[in-house]
Amino acid sequence: MVEVLATVLTYASLAVALWGVVLVVANRRFALNRPYGLALAGAVLLLELGLLVQMVAGLVNVFSTDRNVATGTFIGYLVGPVLIVPLAAVWAAAERSRWGSAVLVIGCLTVPVLILRLRQIWDGHG
Amino acid sequence: MAEQGDLKQVTRSGPGRLLIAVYGIFVIAATARSAVQIATHFGRAPLAYVLSAVAAVIYIVALVCLVKGSRTSRRIAMISCAVELVGVLVVGTVSLFAPQLFPDATVWSFYGRGYGFVPVVLPILGLWWIRATARHEVAG
Repeated sequence: MVEVLATVLTYASLAVALWGVVLVVANRRFALNRPYGLALAGAVLLLELGLLVQMVAGLVNVFSTDRNVATGTFIGYLVGPVLIVPLAAVWAAAERSRWGSAVLVIGCLTVPVLILRLRQIWDGHG
Repeated sequence: MAEQGDLKQVTRSGPGRLLIAVYGIFVIAATARSAVQIATHFGRAPLAYVLSAVAAVIYIVALVCLVKGSRTSRRIAMISCAVELVGVLVVGTVSLFAPQLFPDATVWSFYGRGYGFVPVVLPILGLWWIRATARHEVAG
């Protein structure tokens, strides 16, 4: 578990989700041909990179630690957000209404939940 | 008269797009959960873990059928949503009154409390969405 990265990723995903909420309220789709959509896509990409780093670091940690961590479950929660965020982004971008932005919101909101579970499992009471 | 392509488009657009996204998340969650449970400690709570696997399969069927969006697949999606609703209500009630049957949690325990009660709302929304878009189905 890299505490700092987990915290940064939690707030980053919430920020991206908030951005998505603004688009939903403003009745805008997740449009990649508009600056607000392109910037959001960039933020999603950065979030995904951070999640990938967390996954690699987490895998290294879980196999080198002396703690009693439920390895399989821990790996599941490491890989989960790495899959969910890009899938949500692609699925969201294909929609021509505000519901696409809503998809991105839901996808990003799973990240803090999964990181919370990751922390609980790392601390041994998952 | 709507074409088959339109029906697919209608099924996976608007609210349907979000519905499918949530189903996708539950496919990942339920499949991963039951795979880990069955692979690492099946003996601890066989009934709960078999139910987790059943739930995962039902989510997969609903997801694939909603994405496909044909008349037949929508019918199958409707059935799997109905089974899902019955499942979450039965398992939720049993886990409430006979918790000893479920030493470990499933997606449907306590009406999906561990997942923000989304498991009980999702099949209702699925059934509603298929009904709401039913007028786009080609007659006959």
